[in-house]
Amino acid sequence: MKNRLKVLRAERDWTQADLATALEVTRQTINAIETGKFDPSLPLAFKAARLFGLKIEDVFQDEVTS
Amino acid sequence: MEKQTSDWNKNTKKNTIRLFRWTMAWVLTLAIATFGRLYIWESNTLLSLIAIGVNFAIGIGYIFANKHHLRGLDELQQKIQLEAMALSLSVGIVSGLTYSLLAQAKLVHPHAEISNLIILMGITYSIGIFLGNRRYK
Repeated sequence: MKNRLKVLRAERDWTQADLATALEVTRQTINAIETGKFDPSLPLAFKAARLFGLKIEDVFQDEVTS
Repeated sequence: MEKQTSDWNKNTKKNTIRLFRWTMAWVLTLAIATFGRLYIWESNTLLSLIAIGVNFAIGIGYIFANKHHLRGLDELQQKIQLEAMALSLSVGIVSGLTYSLLAQAKLVHPHAEISNLIILMGITYSIGIFLGNRRYK
């Protein structure tokens, strides 16, 4: 699953630690999501989208192409 | 938002400290129950029973503290813990039963203690945590 967390975070001048604090996870988790090593659960993905004021599909995209 | 998030960090830290205290208490009472019988009260059955009972009761507290700590972790940390525990449990079961079969077949000297299994599981759990943290670094 691809995501735009890094871009969205940079636009707001937030560090990984800032985002981690806002989402109530560790910085390691944010890094793992940004680098595609870990896919977040739906509740966490919705929480991230809500934090950025976007729809979930504007933050996370399915990598499978038809 | 700021208050909520600092609460989460505070809770995580509190859970870790609580788990550490319960672990220390359990280890200490285990040592008392083990060595007290050998070096302090020797053949006094009542004192042995009390020491074992206290250790067991604190062990229950330790189990709940561990559960509480795990539930307080974020989802990636829980995944790392789950994978490490799965590794530890499966290595423990497979190794323990293999050793048991070898002992029944009289192919090894059957002198393994339960502590050997616990040490093996502890080591594999630590390796699992190390590998998990490295994978998701």
